[in-house]
Amino acid sequence: MPNILAARSQMAMSLAFHIIFSCIGIAMPLLMVVAEWLHRRTGDQVYLLLARRWATGTAIMFAVGAVSGTVLSFELGLLWPHFMKWSGAIIGMPFSLEGFAFFTEAIFLGIYLYGWDRVAPRAHLVAGFIVAFSGMISGVFVVIANSWMNTPVGFRLVNGLPVDIDPIASLTNPAALHETVHMTIAAYAATGFVVAGIHAAMWLRDRGNLFHQRAIAIAFAIGAIAAVLQPLSGDASARAVARLQPLKMAAFEGLFKGGPHAPLAIGGIPDVKDRKLDYAIELPSMLSIMTGHNPDAVIRGLDSFPERNWPAPMIAVHLAFQIMVGAGFAMAGLAMWGALLIVRRRTIFDSIWLLRTMVAAAPLGLIAVEAGWVVTEVGRQPWIIYGVMRTADALTPMPGLTVTFVLFSALYLFLGVTVVYLLWRQVILSPTRAEVPVQAAAL
Amino acid sequence: MTIPFALFFVCGALLVALTIYVLTGGADYGGGVWDLLAAGPRAAAQRDLIERALGPVWEADHVWLILVVVILFDAFPPAFAAIMIAMHVPITLMLVGIVLRGSAFSFRSYGGGRDRAQREWGRLFSIASLVTPVLLGVIIGAIASGSIPKDPRHITDFLLPWMTPVCFAVGLFALALFAYLAAVYLTLETDDAALRDDFRLRAIAAGIAVGAIAGLVLLLAHREAPGIWAGLTQRVWTWPLIWLNGILALAALYALWARRFAVARVCAAGHVALVLWGWAFAQFPFLIEPDLDIYNAAAPPITLKILAGALAAGALILLPSYRYLLKVFKSRPKHRPLSADSPVERHSQ
Repeated sequence: MPNILAARSQMAMSLAFHIIFSCIGIAMPLLMVVAEWLHRRTGDQVYLLLARRWATGTAIMFAVGAVSGTVLSFELGLLWPHFMKWSGAIIGMPFSLEGFAFFTEAIFLGIYLYGWDRVAPRAHLVAGFIVAFSGMISGVFVVIANSWMNTPVGFRLVNGLPVDIDPIASLTNPAALHETVHMTIAAYAATGFVVAGIHAAMWLRDRGNLFHQRAIAIAFAIGAIAAVLQPLSGDASARAVARLQPLKMAAFEGLFKGGPHAPLAIGGIPDVKDRKLDYAIELPSMLSIMTGHNPDAVIRGLDSFPERNWPAPMIAVHLAFQIMVGAGFAMAGLAMWGALLIVRRRTIFDSIWLLRTMVAAAPLGLIAVEAGWVVTEVGRQPWIIYGVMRTADALTPMPGLTVTFVLFSALYLFLGVTVVYLLWRQVILSPTRAEVPVQAAAL
Repeated sequence: MTIPFALFFVCGALLVALTIYVLTGGADYGGGVWDLLAAGPRAAAQRDLIERALGPVWEADHVWLILVVVILFDAFPPAFAAIMIAMHVPITLMLVGIVLRGSAFSFRSYGGGRDRAQREWGRLFSIASLVTPVLLGVIIGAIASGSIPKDPRHITDFLLPWMTPVCFAVGLFALALFAYLAAVYLTLETDDAALRDDFRLRAIAAGIAVGAIAGLVLLLAHREAPGIWAGLTQRVWTWPLIWLNGILALAALYALWARRFAVARVCAAGHVALVLWGWAFAQFPFLIEPDLDIYNAAAPPITLKILAGALAAGALILLPSYRYLLKVFKSRPKHRPLSADSPVERHSQ
């Protein structure tokens, strides 16, 4: 494998692995404190059991997220040293702030996990809220750093080097707002759906089990709210990308030829050689309407940019975009269905079909997150800093990167399988009769 | 040459973060080493004590390393890039160790269930705890001994520069220091006199090993790393530092012998901190000898000023929170009933 491909693969694999743990690490603490808060308000022991089980799950996910995040902070330098050397002084800021947010999260997670009997109940709940909040903030700062790679600002380019550096400007780069909002909502939607789906599967096998019923109520509520908001944030993001990175937008859509009345493509396989999109359903003028709010709006196609600047592989960007949008709409639809049931019947638990669909939809959020990351990362190629530094120019001179790629892939595969197995045993399995107190089961 | 305040502040923060990492995160690795070496009639109790001591704090302790990395690449991007290129192999191996140590520890703590799986995770955790500090030491040894090539952009050899006796001696030194710190701290984590004595003897043995390996490191540095040797021996501040270091090291050993464990902890932590500062001051102002120093590798003043501000503001949140964490888990309960000697009862308090 050529070094550049090995390095890109290793980075992609590391991010794909880490993003699952970080999404769950951002959203899971919220589920966990909501359960604990409900326990404190109602005195219901099932909520306490749920908070403790979810805390165990959070602990495992957080530990793997923390170490895989450490790997990433080094990998940026190990694989792309010239990128870090060039941009460290500009984007060190979001990374430093992320360091502090992550620090706060780790400290209060320690207090939360081990402090059930050591700190006052109120302090314990507050510690949980701090974990949930700082986890979210920490994700926001990391995504800000990524958004800077898409819309680099805060410097002037002189002879290929940055001068007049403004580190604060990196925090408010044009892509920062829509990227952070979109990613944060995605974390809650993905986690809510995966947790609700897993507990729904258990509930369907053991109807009336309050443990799973309460779990579904909390997880689905959080996931559904996020899933309904996400298409709005997605629309804003797409229009921002069309404005800031029109080439990237054309790659999302597989739009080889630009102009007015640009169609919205659903599905399809881009054929880069013959410059056409095969097998797609095209909605006439829809892309112009969505992006410019006008069928006559001119959308720039791939043909207005030199081919050496096209993202590659194009098919990955286009398909990932379709998968992300499709999964997002499916989740929003499921959320609306649930909301409708609540309004009409005050419960979702008499609709077996909703719960079955929930099981089927469990992985959708994580799939959308992975696809979305491909959209933004592969869509940025061939640049590591959009329009400024090519990914190939940032590469380390270290030979044999295929070895480290295989090494980390094997390591993460091993960890991934182990985590799934442990979560299954420790968190998801129905509690025994002894664990669910009688008075709670009678409710 | 006067140092601009922001640069001075950032360098200080880098050194402080690295020091706290070694004193806390380093000791967590040392705990893993004693898990591996647990022996005698109380082996299970030793492992249990180590797990209880590490559990609530190891992740927060670990973040100090991330802070060190972040400060390094924000404030000194060329130095960060040079280290990442030249030390690719040992850093990659260290990362594997970091990943396995942390994951295995949490899998053991939260995996529940069968004893056999727990033992396997425990073994992985302790082996990773043994290997990782050696690699960290090798990397520090390579930086200190001037083994990072002049222009890392064109280096072709990624193995030889750090595969030297002096680098591995520093690796062993780091391992011994971490194990020593862990044993000293663990004497204060239990009320069981026999268990405490186990770690007291381990601490004394590790302290003697630290002294012996320190001698080896100095001997090799004298031969192989003239830059750092000159820094260690020919500066005005180095001799007081070395004397103070020696006094603290001996005081810690004496306090251990006399069972004055709280005193031993302060002296041992001070000793290890001074070892680190001795290195930092000997190398000053170089980050990587002989080409990159804190002046020519520094980010522009505006970046340093903003980073210094962010570090100061962050410290206002961080330090009280970290103190609270340590207070909750590392201070002895004030109103302890007299019967609290049994570990089971203490655990349930």
